[in-house]
Amino acid sequence: MSATTAKKIDLEKYGALIALGALFVLASIIGWPYFIRPENLVNVMRQSSYTGIIALGMTFVIISGGIDLSVGAVAAFVASCGVLFMNWVLQATGGNEVLAILGGVSVMIALGFVTGALNGLLITKGKIVPFIVTLGTMSIFRYLSLQMANAGEFASQSQLYGTFGMSKIFEFTVGDQAVSLPVPVFTMLALAAILAFLLDNTRYGRYLCAVGSNARVAQYSAVRIDRVRFWAYAINGMCVGASAALLAARFNTVSTPNFGLGSELDAIAATIIGGTAMAGGRGSIWGTIIGVFMLQFIQNMLNMAGLSPYLQGVVKGIVIIGSVYIQKQRQ
Amino acid sequence: MPDAILRVENIVKDFGSGPVLKDVNLEVRPGEILGIIGENGAGKSTLMKILAGIHQPTAGKVYVDGKAVRIADPIAARALKISLVPQEFNLIRDLPVYNNVFLGAELRKRSGVLDKESMKARTRELLAQLNVALDPEARIEGLSAAEKQMVEICKALAFDSRVLIMDEPTTMLTKFEIEILFRLTRKLRSEGMTILYISHKLKEVKHLCDRVVVLRDGELVHDGPTAEVSIVEMAQKMVGRELGSIFPVKGKPGDEVVFEARGVTVPGVLEDISFQLRKGEILGLAGLVGAGRTELAETVLGLRLRSAGTFLKDGRELDLREPADAVAAGISYLSEDRQGAGIITTFSVTRNVTLVSLGEYCRSFFRLIDKRTEKSKVQGYVDSFRIKTDSLDRRLENLSGGNQQKVSLAKAIDTSPSVLIVDEPTRGVDVSAKHEIYVFINELARKGISCLLISSELEEIIGMCDRVLVMRDGRIAGTLEGDRITEEQIMYHATGVQEEAAS
Repeated sequence: MSATTAKKIDLEKYGALIALGALFVLASIIGWPYFIRPENLVNVMRQSSYTGIIALGMTFVIISGGIDLSVGAVAAFVASCGVLFMNWVLQATGGNEVLAILGGVSVMIALGFVTGALNGLLITKGKIVPFIVTLGTMSIFRYLSLQMANAGEFASQSQLYGTFGMSKIFEFTVGDQAVSLPVPVFTMLALAAILAFLLDNTRYGRYLCAVGSNARVAQYSAVRIDRVRFWAYAINGMCVGASAALLAARFNTVSTPNFGLGSELDAIAATIIGGTAMAGGRGSIWGTIIGVFMLQFIQNMLNMAGLSPYLQGVVKGIVIIGSVYIQKQRQ
Repeated sequence: MPDAILRVENIVKDFGSGPVLKDVNLEVRPGEILGIIGENGAGKSTLMKILAGIHQPTAGKVYVDGKAVRIADPIAARALKISLVPQEFNLIRDLPVYNNVFLGAELRKRSGVLDKESMKARTRELLAQLNVALDPEARIEGLSAAEKQMVEICKALAFDSRVLIMDEPTTMLTKFEIEILFRLTRKLRSEGMTILYISHKLKEVKHLCDRVVVLRDGELVHDGPTAEVSIVEMAQKMVGRELGSIFPVKGKPGDEVVFEARGVTVPGVLEDISFQLRKGEILGLAGLVGAGRTELAETVLGLRLRSAGTFLKDGRELDLREPADAVAAGISYLSEDRQGAGIITTFSVTRNVTLVSLGEYCRSFFRLIDKRTEKSKVQGYVDSFRIKTDSLDRRLENLSGGNQQKVSLAKAIDTSPSVLIVDEPTRGVDVSAKHEIYVFINELARKGISCLLISSELEEIIGMCDRVLVMRDGRIAGTLEGDRITEEQIMYHATGVQEEAAS
């Protein structure tokens, strides 16, 4: 009997990973030989990392029993403010790019924290449900950015910022090719490692699950549930800030109508595919990473198969529903 | 002897971790009140859920009126005129009584629109038949536990049920409400209803039932008329061994006052509550449901706002604004609402036990949870409390009520409190787990922990407590000590009227 339970647990734990592996094999076949080329894989990972970083924070929010619809709009807002600040610093210091980038990125992360904190306060102190609060802030920050840019873009005047967005670290060679990890991918994996550790090994992580499972029990168990919830949104906000900083650097500009558009849905989808319960209480950071990769693999594969982007969206929807259906059946 | 209205043959149920029911055979005769007793985890509820169509048997057959039937879901059960009044009521809080009574089988006019007037009228009729003064249009939210139960029974009557299954119907009721329920049950029997009465309370079963069957570890170990078996014999058959007195010998509390309430008032809930709790004392808090006992505990936890009064610990005034303050002051609370406020059913045994005390397990600069220490501490509780679980990682939803309660108790004392408030510590718990919990609480008191024991079970209050406060309408109506702790005295203070000698 213990052998069967062990097997069950393994399936629950590694089910998503196995699915990712299967998808990888499938994509390799369909996209042969381009898909498994290192530069393609690195590119896929880089594309997934911007939403991926947001999905990490989203995982915390969803585990807490909440939701954050404002992430895409907040990304546009903080990136706009960050780039404006960067340009101002450049001017004020007479072209000190390093200082400008440090300042700009700090502003984006700090503003991400502030907006996350605003969501968190409205939810905990204002006692308004997360869906409504973040629906509101989504509208507020998207239109605030559009107003600031008059629905146009903010171009960064820093050459270095754009280079930084495309820069790579950890060069290594596979066969005869040089492969390297892009900064956003590294950032995503590093953040994932930190958040996964936080979730598994600290009081906060345990409390987060407790609040999401049963807030009343958590409250009676002397857990400060408002504080736990607040920090989930604040951490998510900082993730959004980091993601915005990397995405803005990628194009060295912020196009306010499009920046981060729809990333809330992708982040939620990746989180759910990764096995985090929509109702809260249970979830996995590495599962979210797997979910992020799965969505991007599928897109890449379908691109190679020549499927129209509209049908790709249809397939994405089917995958989201299908993966949750499979998870439900397993329980 | 009349033919069986309901018969189960060789029923086996296995949820995947060993059989819960092993080859159970049972006949139910029309018009009887059949008591079904057994410890938690013995399989009573599972058997009843099979009859109500909630679970499907792994093997075996169910016969109704001699015909083999498959009860695929609760709707099929309803068609067979079998109704279940569950322990946790299945009522929708926001809907009025009549909507709940007809939930899922609403009466409609020919046009397809709900026929509210007929439903109200029929509900009024049924309520009158039960002698319950309840407005069909009242919302469930505002009803007492007893009234909710009446609505559940009404539901069964609305579908002309012939078999009514009541799962632990008296756990939430006061003594008077229980009497009303009994009268009603007998009335239904006289009208031809067959009643399956599941209970832990052997006295009630003895008092009410015509016949009693005992389940132990999924097997039927006894079947016979209630008149031929004593309460002690029933208990022994349930546990499968001889039972000593269920209550341990009371300890000797110290004189030193550990915890004190002075003039605590919460508008509309508590009025001028003052008491002293001494070291190693078990202080009972008795009273009817709604007298303000749990509310008092919640006030200590800082969950209710005081308008006046103070709490003192070791002579120092406490600032209790939230549960964390109470924990920091060495006060721990075991909730009466196990699944709603006590434990997280989707959490493992380990994670539940250390939920309050988690800070104690956080080590090093980064305050990481020391999982090894955590595990070994929890293993200690599992061993000493004899918590039946095959792994510390098992989710609590897979444990029986008694074991869940032991986990809840372990959670409450893992903070090493000096004051422990236990609220209905044995609610929904079987005889042997009850005995164990009494022994634990007694031992804690002997170790010098002061306990405030809130209970609706008078036996428990009388058997465990050194002193008893009786509450009525948010006030302390009386304090009893020594020989004066009797059922009559408690009820006198709890109700304000002297009970008639023979009722």
